[in-house]
Amino acid sequence: MPQIIDLCATSDIESEDVIRVDREGHSFAVYHAPGGKFYVTSGLCTHEAVHLADGLVMEHIIECPKHNGRFDYRTGEAKGAPACVNLRIFPVTLAGGRVTIALS
Amino acid sequence: MTGIIIIGAGKAGASAALALRRGGYTGALTLLGAEPHAPYDRPPLSKAALLEPEPPAPAWVLTPEQAAAQNISLRRGAEVTSISAPARRVHLADGTTLPYSKLLLATGATPRQLPGAAGVLYLRNYEDALALRTRLAPQSHVAIIGGGFIGLELAAAARQRGAAVTLVESAPRVLMRGVPAAVAAVIAARHAQAGVNLLTGVGIARIARAGAQHHLHLADGRLITADLLIAGIGAAPQTRLAAAAGLALDNGIAVDEWLRTSDPDIYAAGDCCAFPHPLFGGRRIRLEAWRNAQDQGEAVAQTMLGGTQPFQAVPWFWSDQYDLCLQVAGLAEPDAPTIARHLPGGTALHFQCDAQGRLIAAAAAGGMRLGKEIRLAEMLIAQRARPSPAALAAPDVPLKSLLAPMAMADASSS
Repeated sequence: MPQIIDLCATSDIESEDVIRVDREGHSFAVYHAPGGKFYVTSGLCTHEAVHLADGLVMEHIIECPKHNGRFDYRTGEAKGAPACVNLRIFPVTLAGGRVTIALS
Repeated sequence: MTGIIIIGAGKAGASAALALRRGGYTGALTLLGAEPHAPYDRPPLSKAALLEPEPPAPAWVLTPEQAAAQNISLRRGAEVTSISAPARRVHLADGTTLPYSKLLLATGATPRQLPGAAGVLYLRNYEDALALRTRLAPQSHVAIIGGGFIGLELAAAARQRGAAVTLVESAPRVLMRGVPAAVAAVIAARHAQAGVNLLTGVGIARIARAGAQHHLHLADGRLITADLLIAGIGAAPQTRLAAAAGLALDNGIAVDEWLRTSDPDIYAAGDCCAFPHPLFGGRRIRLEAWRNAQDQGEAVAQTMLGGTQPFQAVPWFWSDQYDLCLQVAGLAEPDAPTIARHLPGGTALHFQCDAQGRLIAAAAAGGMRLGKEIRLAEMLIAQRARPSPAALAAPDVPLKSLLAPMAMADASSS
């Protein structure tokens, strides 16, 4: 059974921004995309394990603050060196103003 | 088969090879590397490679398998002896001759040597890092000459491995080249806190061996005795082949805004080339930085495929020392006035503007969150923005709000 994890309220994140949420021994990055959709990825860059939520979000791209590795946070796709390993993504459920994910 | 040859299998050369394939080039593509390894990233050599419990493998940029999959002929241990530009041929030490239609020089840079000193260690390649690892013993005393990035990163690594460290810099402060004084002061204070004996503003009169030890006689009469002597006193562009081929040089292989040398079929990218930068009045600069090698490799590939975009990426570099992250965007003048913005958590961003008020540099040393701010500053520099000094200094004015809307779209689509 996948475990349902409650991450935050939708109002916790401004539009086109990201926050870090640590739960169950994992670190997640939660994104509020332009247009009101929410996305969740693994919180750490695949290059050097830096917290991505400290980085810059532009539209659908998150940039690692350390070396500017870039990912599309909707798909997890690595978009630029030095990041070449895709980011893990988690399907999001929105209910009652809360952002939750299913962790298997 | 005639095609594109790249001399130099470092970051710039490998980045160009991959970008040529991504850009649709399907002809012959040969990547010649003098080192016995496939292309790897050099930044970890002065950091993780020295600190991890076991010697790590190089951080590969292009493995032989990836090269094969991209139909890139990667030749390791291939030493180029000369280029016949009129005949468009490259001559290798093993006697082979390779014809080219276009040639890219990505020959990099080599550490400047201390004149008249034996047994000095330098850092440029993977073997250098392995040699340093085995010599950085916990109880040893390491003397480092040069307070630039390499010297300081090695000082941090040596302290973290338990060695005593003395660092000697002849300039009045560390990081004179390209880092504002206020940011260099943060780095210097962190080294002092870690126990590094940091000596600035003093030259070296003489270096002598005394058995297994090195004696550094400083110009002010002091004597430093060390088990290990490391020099990080800059790097010289590798221009030997270019010079012999008759290409124009100017503090490196001289190229134009499109990274073309004085020969119409030869291009240059990375540490070896000096290029005029459109964002800085066409001033000719040479950058020894990971990001520049990556960006110029990609840009020169576009030019070689017929692209017409000049290269004008904002210079950007980083350093990691202890728990500090240092980043600089733009070209900082060592002694120009700076405008400080104090971020929550104690880190300060330092900006420099030119006489017309245009933002030309931003730098900071501190926690990781500064990366986001420096990235925004980089976009402002690329836009030739003239933010007011008051806005730059005010932490409650988001840098994002100072950007012109067009750049946001550019940044997200590039």
